[in-house]
Amino acid sequence: MNKHHSKNSEPKYINPYLGGVLLGLLVLVTVLITGRGLGASGAIKSTVVTTAHVFTPEQAKSNAYMNKFISDDHSPMYTWLVFETLGIFLGGLLSGIVFGRVKKLRTEHSPKITSKTRLIFALIGGMLFGIGSQFGRGCTSGAALSGTATFALGGAVVMFAIFGTGYAAAYFFRKLWI
Amino acid sequence: MCPLIPNGIIGTGWDFVIALILGIAFGFILEASGFSSSRNIVGVFYGYNFVVLRVFFTALIVAMVGLLYFSYFGWLDLSKIFILPTYLIPMIVGGVIMGIGFIMGGFCPGTSFTAVAIGKLDGIVFTIGLYLGIFVFTEAYPLFGDFYNSGDLGNVTITDAFGIPASWVAMAFTVVALAAFWGTSLIEKRVRKNRSEYKF
Repeated sequence: MNKHHSKNSEPKYINPYLGGVLLGLLVLVTVLITGRGLGASGAIKSTVVTTAHVFTPEQAKSNAYMNKFISDDHSPMYTWLVFETLGIFLGGLLSGIVFGRVKKLRTEHSPKITSKTRLIFALIGGMLFGIGSQFGRGCTSGAALSGTATFALGGAVVMFAIFGTGYAAAYFFRKLWI
Repeated sequence: MCPLIPNGIIGTGWDFVIALILGIAFGFILEASGFSSSRNIVGVFYGYNFVVLRVFFTALIVAMVGLLYFSYFGWLDLSKIFILPTYLIPMIVGGVIMGIGFIMGGFCPGTSFTAVAIGKLDGIVFTIGLYLGIFVFTEAYPLFGDFYNSGDLGNVTITDAFGIPASWVAMAFTVVALAAFWGTSLIEKRVRKNRSEYKF
């Protein structure tokens, strides 16, 4: 890694408008090919259902939510979103390699908090996002972006609810970030 | 002609290969845009970095306008694409919970996977949190199953709900986005001036 010592130098990211055009074209191509958009939380749901099905099959089948995703023909991991999410990981790795950001394990946090605080909040934040994505029928990718792009009312509702709440709650969590 | 898979033009055997390729492109764009960094992402809520707004709104407009053109030229049958069903109150509640998770965790699911890919421990912990959260949801489902399924409006579009033509919706989003691009660039400049460090 070459080190630029100027204090205010930003990391090398692509132009956000270019990123946006590429992402928009990707959503478009995805809809044109598959008839639906991109997603991310669905694969985690499949993983939860799979582990429950493996360890406590009877309980998983009797759970009114999980049994919708359990089939006798194939594992819940054998779904479109799981393969797509595997792709997200690989694509992220590829970009990280190209731009020199793949490094050993590290925690990113504001200088005002410790790594431990950051990780505790990351865990709680992840849990809330997991729970919310079930009620929202998808997360930022599936509901907010792909949903709104296909003019779904629910997508726009989720988008405004996520970002609106983010702004409303930002003040209370400012020490985590600024 | 489009969508290709539902219309049988591409066989379903290619489903997972296509899923993997589209996913790779998705992950690459997210990471390259800076979404593997939580502090970059939450900048949108504190005014020091509006990259989320720029990428998100640009993507939305490109996809919306693109879909309209494909439909206009007759290359896409809009009635065959999946429209997310609307469960009004549960979706608002879900969005609010996700919003709080977003500001506490600094990631959303897709971006956390790219953070995992480049070695961010906070991304890994966020992803574990996602798993635990969904697990808690499924276990507690009997308690709020009725609420979860309440207010079902079906697979409605904004056009169905308000009678506003899709082209006008895309137009409105475009105008709002352009105004936001301009306005937030001014905010960003002012906020960054008062920040001693910007290095994530």
